[in-house]
Amino acid sequence: MFSARRLLGLGPRGLPLLRPRARAYAEPAAAGPAQMAFTFASPTQVFYNGANVKQVDVPTLTGSFGILASHVPTLQVLKPGVVTVYAEDGTATKYFVSSGSVTVHADSTVQVLAEEAVTMDMLDLATAKSNLEKAVSEMAAASDEAAKAEAQIKVEANEALVKALE
Amino acid sequence: MFARGAAVALYQPQWGQVRNMATLKDITRRLKSIKNIQKITKSMKMVSAAKYARAERELKPARVYGTGALALYEKAEIKAPEDKKKYLLIGVSSDRGLCGAIHTSIAKTMKNEITNLSNAGKEVMVVGVGDKIRGLLQRTHSNYFLLTFKEVGRRPPNFGDASVIASELLNSGYEFDEGSVIYNRFRSVISYKTDEKPIFSLETVAGSESLSIYDDIDADVLRNYQEFTLANILYYSLKESTTSEQSARMTAMDNASKNASEMIDKLTLTFNRTRQAVITKELIEIISGAAALN
Repeated sequence: MFSARRLLGLGPRGLPLLRPRARAYAEPAAAGPAQMAFTFASPTQVFYNGANVKQVDVPTLTGSFGILASHVPTLQVLKPGVVTVYAEDGTATKYFVSSGSVTVHADSTVQVLAEEAVTMDMLDLATAKSNLEKAVSEMAAASDEAAKAEAQIKVEANEALVKALE
Repeated sequence: MFARGAAVALYQPQWGQVRNMATLKDITRRLKSIKNIQKITKSMKMVSAAKYARAERELKPARVYGTGALALYEKAEIKAPEDKKKYLLIGVSSDRGLCGAIHTSIAKTMKNEITNLSNAGKEVMVVGVGDKIRGLLQRTHSNYFLLTFKEVGRRPPNFGDASVIASELLNSGYEFDEGSVIYNRFRSVISYKTDEKPIFSLETVAGSESLSIYDDIDADVLRNYQEFTLANILYYSLKESTTSEQSARMTAMDNASKNASEMIDKLTLTFNRTRQAVITKELIEIISGAAALN
C-alpha cells in the first residue's frame, strides 16, 4: 500500500519531492520577435520611430557594437561617434551623435536617444579640425578640474567628429 | 458724573435701491476701457496662437523622445520597494498667468499627493518649476520646498533647460528613492490633462529585480543612463506643459475677447438709450419753458 504522502509527491518532511533532473545542454535563450522596432530620436528631431531595420551600429562608452533583432537586452551610454543604421534593403545611413543612451529590450524594441544627432552632410571637416585645435589648446590652458574636464569632453567630441568625417 | 451728552445721531440705513442714472460720461468711460481691454486680449490671443503653433510643432519629436526615455521604466516595471521613504514631487508649470486652470490643476494634484504621501508615512519634498506653482503652494506647504525654478515660460524650453533642472536636482543633496513629475499633458487645442510620470533613483533601479535581464551593466554606465533619463523625462514634461499652457491661454483670451465684445454691445445700446433720453429731457425742458412763457 502506498502511503498517501508518496501519492501526493511529498517526501518525509512533507515537502514536495523533486525528481532529479536529467542532465542536458543549456536551452537556447528565449528568442525575441524576429523584427526590431527601432526608435532613434534627438530632443528636436525624430529619425526613426518604431521602424523595422536590419542592424544598428552604436558607439558606446564600453565599445562599439551592432544591434540586430533579438539582441540580448542591455542599457548603454553613447559616446561621441557615428551611428550607422542598416535598413531592410541593406542601405546604410550614418548619423553623428554627441552623447545619449541606448536601450535594448527583451521584445526587440531598441531606443537610441541622442542629445544631439545630425546627418553627416550637416558637418564640415575644416570647421571640425579647427574646433579640435581650439579644444586642445583650451585643455592645455585649463586651470581647475572642472574646466579641464569640460575641455577634455570638447576634445573627445571633436576628435570623434574629425574621425567620422575623414 | 457724566451727563448724558448730546443725543447720538441715529443712522437710518436706507433700504431699497438707490441708483443714480449713469451719466453719459460714465458710460463713455466704461466703454472706452472695455474696448482697450478687448484689444489687449485679442492681441494676447494672437501671440499665444503663434507660440502654440511652434510649441505643438516641437512637441511631436519631443513626444517620441519622451516615450522612448520612459520605455525602460514601463517595460522593466520598475517599482520602488514599499519601505522606501523618500519621495520627490516635481510640479511643472510656468511664470505667467492668464491661462485658465493650468497652474491651479497642478497645485491641486500636488496638494493631494502631498497629503496622501504624508499619511502613508513618507518624507516628501517638492520642486516647483515656474513661479506660479511656488506662489500657489508656499503659503500652506512652504516647508516641503526643495527647489524652485524661475524664468520658465518666456522662451520655449530646450534640452539645456531640462539638463539644468536635472543637475540641480542631483546636486541638491536630497537622496530621493522615487518621485513623480506632475505636468499638463497636451491632448488637443481645447483640452489638456494633468498627468504624472514616475522617476526613480539610481539605487531603486539598480536594486530592481527586472533589471537583471539587461546584460552587462556596470555602475558607472547605469548612473550616466539614469541621469540622462531624468533630463529626458523633464524635457518631455516641459514640452507638454508649454503646449498645454499656450493653448489654454489662447482659449482663455478668446473667451475674454468674446465677453468683452458682448459687454461692448450691451453698453453701446445703453449709451444710445441714455443719449436719446438726455436729448428728450432737454427738449421737454425747452418746450415746457417756452410754453410757460406764453
